[in-house]
Amino acid sequence: MTQWQMILYICIAVLVTILVRGLPFLVFRNGQAPSFILWTGKRLPAAAMAMLVIYCMKDISFGTVGEWMPTLAACVLTVVLHASFRKMVISICGGTALYMILLHIL
Amino acid sequence: MRDKTHVLRRAFPVTVPVLAGYIFLGIAYGIAMRARGFGALWSYSISTFIYAGSLQFAMIEPLRSAFAPLTFAFLCLLIQARHLFYGLTMLEPYSRTGAVRPYLIFSLTDETYSIVCQGAPADILPERWYLTVSALDHAYWVLGTLLGALLGSLIPMDLLRGIDFSMTALFLVIVTEQTMDALTAWRSGKESLFDALFSPVLGGLTTLLSLLLFGKDSFLLIAMAAMIMGFSVKYAQERRGNSA
Repeated sequence: MTQWQMILYICIAVLVTILVRGLPFLVFRNGQAPSFILWTGKRLPAAAMAMLVIYCMKDISFGTVGEWMPTLAACVLTVVLHASFRKMVISICGGTALYMILLHIL
Repeated sequence: MRDKTHVLRRAFPVTVPVLAGYIFLGIAYGIAMRARGFGALWSYSISTFIYAGSLQFAMIEPLRSAFAPLTFAFLCLLIQARHLFYGLTMLEPYSRTGAVRPYLIFSLTDETYSIVCQGAPADILPERWYLTVSALDHAYWVLGTLLGALLGSLIPMDLLRGIDFSMTALFLVIVTEQTMDALTAWRSGKESLFDALFSPVLGGLTTLLSLLLFGKDSFLLIAMAAMIMGFSVKYAQERRGNSA
């Protein structure tokens, strides 16, 4: 590829990204969205967060224990910490620290 | 001015998990680009203007392969499609944000959405909150990229390995938080258990099932379609319930 072709690729990526992120705002201008869309938008965060958790784990493999155990253990700890203390900092730091330690040991 | 530092002081702690993840992944991106012969100006511009982690990593190889713009545009669409969802939630909150609105829409990444979808604190002007969170996240990503592109192998990446789990943890904490709120609503009799857990269970199940059935290349689009169907069935059912 020439340099100009690479720049064109970057422009394509920029345009597609803006288009995808902006499409709902473009289609439903001035907040004139049908009530189903607004209703869904309000319920979407919980569904989207669950989707993102799984999206983050899509590359996990189940070959050896070392490949899936750190993720599983860190997720469990994060949820348990959050259910007990309900402090974001504690849950995220605890889960991430355990994950990093397990990665280094295993 | 004091007001601005006040917002910054409140917004910064909330974005720390994103800071850890974006700096680390940004460094990894800068290093990966450098290893394939792209200088700092390339990775800096890409991180500033595309600002989409998974797409940026996925396009490193296409950038060095044969020129096929249509295939490439399709690849971008496939990877980015999940962002279509986020605007639906932010339609109303972002409708009154004035001049910064285009920037807020441009910078609506997964991680920024996970923070702004929770709304702005009551004592802070919403557009100022959204702008501060969005710009901080964007800055972390660009800063990480620059660090990786300029310093490269000087950074002890092995020590930091796994720190990007902070972003998975962030999403997980928000799911937990929302689920606990929903359970409280159920216990106090405000909602049925089915209504309370509908969204997280729908999102989790459709995504998991479609990952298992269709593999990791196209599962998100299918999961999103299934989610919209699930929501429309639930919406129709609630409407009937209201009019009856």
